Amino acid sequence: MTQDSFEPKIVAFCCNWCSYAGADLAGTGRLKYPENIRIIRVPCSSRVDAALVLRAFQNGADGVMIAGCHPGDCHYDTGNYHTRKRMVLLKSLLEFIGLSSDRLLVKWISGNEADRFQVTVERFTKELKQMGAYEKARDLRCAK
Amino acid sequence: MKIGVFICWCGSNIKNTVDVEGVAQSMRGLPQVAYATDVQYLCSEVGQSEIGRAIDEYKLDRVVIGACSPRMHEATFQQLMVSKGLNPFYVEIANLREHCSWVHTDKEKATVKAIDLVRKAVAKTRHAIPLFSEQLDVSKRALVIGGGIAGIQAAIDIADAGYPVDLLERESSIGGKMAQFDKTFPTLDCSACILTPKMVEAAMHKNITLLTSSQVEGVSGYVGNFNVTIRRRATSVRAELCNGCGECITKCPKKVDNEFDQGQSKRKAIYTLFPQAVPNKPVIDRDNCIYFKTGKCGVCKRICTTGAIDYEMQDELVERAYGAIIVAIGFDLNKPHHLGEYYYGQHPDVITGLDLERMLNASGPTNGKVLRPSNGQKPKRIAFIQCVGSRDKHKGKPYCSKVCCLYTAKHSLLLSEKSPDVESYIFYIDVRAAGKNYEEFYERARLQGAKYLRGQVSKVEPLGDKENRLLVRGFDASLSEQIEIEADLVVLATSIEPKVDAKQLGSMLGISSDQYGFFTEAHAKLKPFETQTQGIYLVGVCQGPKDIPEAVTQASGAAAKAIIMFNKGQVKSVPTTAIVNRDLCSGCMQCKSACPYEAIGSEQVAERLAGQTRQRVVATVNRVLCQGCGACAGLCRSGAMDIGGFTHRQLLAEVDSL
Repeated sequence: MTQDSFEPKIVAFCCNWCSYAGADLAGTGRLKYPENIRIIRVPCSSRVDAALVLRAFQNGADGVMIAGCHPGDCHYDTGNYHTRKRMVLLKSLLEFIGLSSDRLLVKWISGNEADRFQVTVERFTKELKQMGAYEKARDLRCAK
Repeated sequence: MKIGVFICWCGSNIKNTVDVEGVAQSMRGLPQVAYATDVQYLCSEVGQSEIGRAIDEYKLDRVVIGACSPRMHEATFQQLMVSKGLNPFYVEIANLREHCSWVHTDKEKATVKAIDLVRKAVAKTRHAIPLFSEQLDVSKRALVIGGGIAGIQAAIDIADAGYPVDLLERESSIGGKMAQFDKTFPTLDCSACILTPKMVEAAMHKNITLLTSSQVEGVSGYVGNFNVTIRRRATSVRAELCNGCGECITKCPKKVDNEFDQGQSKRKAIYTLFPQAVPNKPVIDRDNCIYFKTGKCGVCKRICTTGAIDYEMQDELVERAYGAIIVAIGFDLNKPHHLGEYYYGQHPDVITGLDLERMLNASGPTNGKVLRPSNGQKPKRIAFIQCVGSRDKHKGKPYCSKVCCLYTAKHSLLLSEKSPDVESYIFYIDVRAAGKNYEEFYERARLQGAKYLRGQVSKVEPLGDKENRLLVRGFDASLSEQIEIEADLVVLATSIEPKVDAKQLGSMLGISSDQYGFFTEAHAKLKPFETQTQGIYLVGVCQGPKDIPEAVTQASGAAAKAIIMFNKGQVKSVPTTAIVNRDLCSGCMQCKSACPYEAIGSEQVAERLAGQTRQRVVATVNRVLCQGCGACAGLCRSGAMDIGGFTHRQLLAEVDSL
């Protein structure tokens, strides 16, 4: 598959209060971004555990994005600090077991940063296109 | 289980980019999907009754909606479920508008994505569990933070409804920015004449407690039950003993710049904020008081006949419970030192609009006379410059400060009334006079002789003559040529900005702010008073630039919201709380340390194992305190913690479906 025709699959976990709202605002503002992303709503980025990320990779995601409120701005005070700690650890674990940590993107996007959401999705999609399909983490038992 | 899938056209909003019939069609074969269709407007009465009809006809017990963002209409569809006798959490919404049709243009690709999103919602709803909220009692007392006109109005309205209110103000008197103004547009009412009665009404109201010289130190709790720690700063004057005679102020030997007059006059180290201050009790400015700096002096204490001066007074921390919090902290005005072209801070005759306002005020530094700060002479020609730092992202703020056009028109009118020979030149980009009687007011200013010059000012510089006048260079877009005005006084309409420490208060309250620092309302159109944190409301300029009537309107609106809650007496708790699976819980209690609401506790359970009874510790969740963030569920090692509405099974099903 050539780079141009390859369309990466991105699973994004967006916190309800900031990033999901930011994505909504991107819609309201009619900002355009690639169709590759599928957003899953979570109450807070700290709800996302490693199992969900790994399952997404097993299932055929080429990239996973976790987006939450900016540090200090968490709707639940401290949730994104847990996310930050947990995802730093997960990234190093991914490298440790031989998987790529570049395919896991953690980003802080507030409810009014529609443009930041758009740019993030555009950039991540472009990067994943360059990286190509991600077969290494696939679990064939999950194959549909 | 029977799932019904409904895809909304949203008129053309979704239908133009997504093949809605195709999406509905592709859902029909999915397991447990008993019915799938597309409807023109699901949120309309017709759409709602179509869902209701299908629920009855096909005996549906789960509903999947493909429509706008769940943040928009989730509650609408949940109510419909309740009216059909179903649990509100048996409805799931796929965001086909904000996350799909509005952000994509390729219909084929958008339809593929839409199918994925709806299939994901179907997968999630298969694992939905019924959720219920609990009723919580509300503490029927409100805290209003900020004693400007907006805060005062909100406090009076809540108090009039019969509920106690604490009105907190950082300064030693309530009144806020409005107390500094001379006249108000468009009626030219004297600002103090309409504000002072309100201040007194608030102070005398049996349901209002004034907490002046106070600030918020910490906030915990949730809607209906906030706990706020308030620092009551030591004023060094016992308010209960002071009779307000003012002798201490007269005799105090220390003079410092008077902030209330924008530094254009002096005040004493023991002072009241302004002559009509409420409460009218002086306070000691410890940073400048000779006694506090050197240990000598003590004049005020010696002459006070009631023994009200208390140098030993300490800051006091009080903790109080409130059901609702109203944030009315107001704004700051920019000091444009960073914009060198206006020569502000380098020449005394370049002043801000508020500086001029104080001069115009009869109780201000010049007793109502407009004088050049450099030599105390009457100016003959004044140049007003609009949008200083506003409406230009390269100079500071892209937004419009909203009130400057009208207050500048007011200034030119007041000046022409005081001395008809004064010339006013007003450099502007556009005149924004939207508001009742505002356009007429602006017209009046023009007819009275104000010379409006459409164009921006490029430079203000000293003219170098013996009167030390200023040269204002600008561009007149109507004539399409450069113009120069020789002015005695230059008045800058500087931008309205959030309070410097607004962010700090925001994070204490758990409310967010926009890129400029103004607090964000829950919905730009439909929830202008509410914040994302239930029970906390916004009023006044801390939410965005607005004039006095708008601030007052918002204050009464927010007050009504608080009153409604107090009237009900109860609020519903969040239904999507944490759930412990006791069989899996190992009692490590890591969840407890992650919980920001102290909602997690522990208890001993007894189990029979291999013929023996064994004690074991498991986590418990206080469903009233839990707000459902899921930090505990995200870190639980044994997978024993879950969040209603976002369970492991539901999220995994969503991931698996993609």
